[in-house]
Amino acid sequence: MKMSVPRTLAFCYLSLLWQRETITLSDLLRFVEEEHIPYIHAFQHFPEEMKLYGRDKGIFAIECWPNYEVIFKKIIEVATFLDLPRFPDITENCYLHPNILCMKYLMEVNLPDEMHNLTCLVVKATGIGEVDFLRFDPIAKKAKTVKYDVQAVAVIVVALKLLFLLDDNLEWSLSNIAEKYNKKNKEDKPWFDFRKWYQVMKKAIDEKKQKWEEARAKFLWKGEKPLYYSAIDRPVVYKRREMVVSLQKQFSTLVDSAPNIEKKKPSSFQFNWTEEDSERPCFHSHSLQGVLQQKGQSLRTKNSLYWLSTQKFCKSHCKHVTTYEESNFSLSYQFILNLFSFLLRIKTSFLHEEVSLIEKRLFKAKYNKTNKKSSRSRKARKY
Amino acid sequence: MTDFSEELVRPTTEDEQGEPSVRSGSGMCFPWLQNHIESIASGGKQEKDFAQTTSACLSFIQEALLKHQWQRAAEYMHSFLQILEDTDSNKRQGAPEIIWRLGSEILYYHPKSSVETFNTFADRMKNIGITNYLKISLQHALYLLHHGLLEDANRILTQAETWRYGEKSSSQEVLVNLIQAYKGLLQYYSWSKKKMELSQLDKDDYAYNTASQNMLNHSWKTSVNLCTLIQIPGVWDPFVKSYVEMLEFYGDRDGAREVLNNYAYDEKFPSNPNAHVYLYNFLKREKAPREKLISVLKILYQIVPSHKLMLEFHRLLRKSDKQEHHKLGLEVLFGILDFAGCTKNITAWKYLAKYLKQTLMGSHLAWVQEEWNSRKSWWPSFHFSHFWAKRNWKDDKTLACEKALVAGLLLGKGCKYFRYVSKQDHQVLKKKMKQMKKSVKKYSIVNSGL
Repeated sequence: MKMSVPRTLAFCYLSLLWQRETITLSDLLRFVEEEHIPYIHAFQHFPEEMKLYGRDKGIFAIECWPNYEVIFKKIIEVATFLDLPRFPDITENCYLHPNILCMKYLMEVNLPDEMHNLTCLVVKATGIGEVDFLRFDPIAKKAKTVKYDVQAVAVIVVALKLLFLLDDNLEWSLSNIAEKYNKKNKEDKPWFDFRKWYQVMKKAIDEKKQKWEEARAKFLWKGEKPLYYSAIDRPVVYKRREMVVSLQKQFSTLVDSAPNIEKKKPSSFQFNWTEEDSERPCFHSHSLQGVLQQKGQSLRTKNSLYWLSTQKFCKSHCKHVTTYEESNFSLSYQFILNLFSFLLRIKTSFLHEEVSLIEKRLFKAKYNKTNKKSSRSRKARKY
Repeated sequence: MTDFSEELVRPTTEDEQGEPSVRSGSGMCFPWLQNHIESIASGGKQEKDFAQTTSACLSFIQEALLKHQWQRAAEYMHSFLQILEDTDSNKRQGAPEIIWRLGSEILYYHPKSSVETFNTFADRMKNIGITNYLKISLQHALYLLHHGLLEDANRILTQAETWRYGEKSSSQEVLVNLIQAYKGLLQYYSWSKKKMELSQLDKDDYAYNTASQNMLNHSWKTSVNLCTLIQIPGVWDPFVKSYVEMLEFYGDRDGAREVLNNYAYDEKFPSNPNAHVYLYNFLKREKAPREKLISVLKILYQIVPSHKLMLEFHRLLRKSDKQEHHKLGLEVLFGILDFAGCTKNITAWKYLAKYLKQTLMGSHLAWVQEEWNSRKSWWPSFHFSHFWAKRNWKDDKTLACEKALVAGLLLGKGCKYFRYVSKQDHQVLKKKMKQMKKSVKKYSIVNSGL
């Protein structure tokens, strides 16, 4: 196996994982995209004496940002190749544990803190919080690999489905109830209003996405030092670079020199919500009372229905587990998936797959009865 | 997979809260398959992010240009320039033209840009590759012309003229000819300025000879430059006009006639009404016989029936001896008034009124019927509605009278227009109105029991 820049990145992640650092794979890849970690222009930082040409060009002239799925596969490849032993355990205190990651993502997406209880329940019910499950073990018979960040986000999606059903209907009726209550009782802790949250988040995510697209379109792939293949190419390549630089100078004089936007420091959070900001309401402290009801000693969700993202999993030899065709699903579900996929910079189908897998674990009983065409499952989420 | 859709669409009886009905299509989405399909289009290679961001950049530039956001366009152009270093040779070779077109637009409109910036940009872009040199030079020259820098434009065109590199394809040939022609046009401009000066000089003035000699030199150069282009089929109005003017000035009527005939009648040239107009005007100056003039204008009539020369054409036809010309004269008048732009043309209406009367008096009822048949379904509401009657009377009473006469002759005295106008009381036009009523009574085609 020959080393390449993506594999090097995978190797870096392995070391971070070994140390159980507070950084997920999606964070790492995002830092690469935001140029906090040299990757595209890595070779620009090499010392002068190192001349890169020939096959080096194939390695260092990168024209793609690292993609989650690709890097994830490479992680397993590198770990297997290096014959790495079992990684250290990931316990409940560790950042990568689903409970903690769920908390982090709930905060980032401006959902109420109270939802954390529900996500912990789901984690417990599916057994994905167990040390044995979470540990990365490349040499095991069925290599145990967990996409910690994607999984945590999938748990949140499942929790949202449990609370709001996300069938383009119930969530809005519940919002109406919450709105009515909030209007009457302005002094109490406000009930979480899905509609309001949707409006706030949609606006925020659209803005972020637009800025992201614009920044990507402006990204300069070629660095100052051009890479060439052989001595014959060298003058051509250098001349081209010169030409581009001189043309760029012409156009940059036309652009108003913007006040130096300080390059943002790398941060794990892409969104920040605070109580004081009136323009960007914060839903962290809102209560889920509107969607829960008292039943004896415990609380149950008002919604007693659920729909599965995938009923049957693919058993043939194709590379996927399940498929995601957008038009089959409700708009709310699509919005939620798009929101989280953008956050993690992954494909929506990838996230959808993970959601289906979580549901599979959660509704193990239903999946075992392959022939029975039962009606919708009624699951009471007890608190 | 089959149970999936049924499960979701089936209405649930246990559920109190609304009927969830997630639409499920029969389509399936295979993300990995999508990737394979996309890579087939690019010859087995996955689309790299580089290609994706550069094409996104291009669409941002285009959007910014559409919205006239020059600043934003310049920002994106700055990043787009890296496509000149694309490893994909196809994209790299197509890049200079795109960059030139978009860049020149930005530099033309951006408030901070200047002629120097444009010049530097054009000079750089010309020298990337060899295919764009001539095109960019020509556009550069046009830009300078637009800014009134004739000397610089001339210099650029001269440079481009002498460019020789490699094989010249047919498209390059045309460009070379265009460049020479524009150079010729610039020389024509300086020639005509000299002509102006000369006309102010006295013939006996010692400067006259030198000036006229100077002019001759210029004209010779111009003619050399222009005549090659004019041979090629195309629309070359300004060039032809200037060339002919020069030839006429030096008395070469035959040369001028040849050029104009060629321009108007050579089948290879695209149909161009102006060519016929130039030829007609030339022949008029030459005092050519009426027959000739009529034959030239006939073609123009077929191309542009609403041309402003059509009234002149009608006059020529009216004066002619031939019967068929008289009939054509009627056709032409009706043809002119078919067009919305000519509805208020008082001359046309005057002619039509007079000529209709003349034709009907000369018992050529059939001619009038022929023309009227195709028009009687729409002319009444187009020209002779009650609205028009009121409007025309308010704006221009003489026009209204002429139209009323025509209306009366064609539609009878019962028609709205005629009735409205004839009811109007007006001192000055009283006599005319009386005459009008008389003519209509006598000659209206309605009377003959149509």
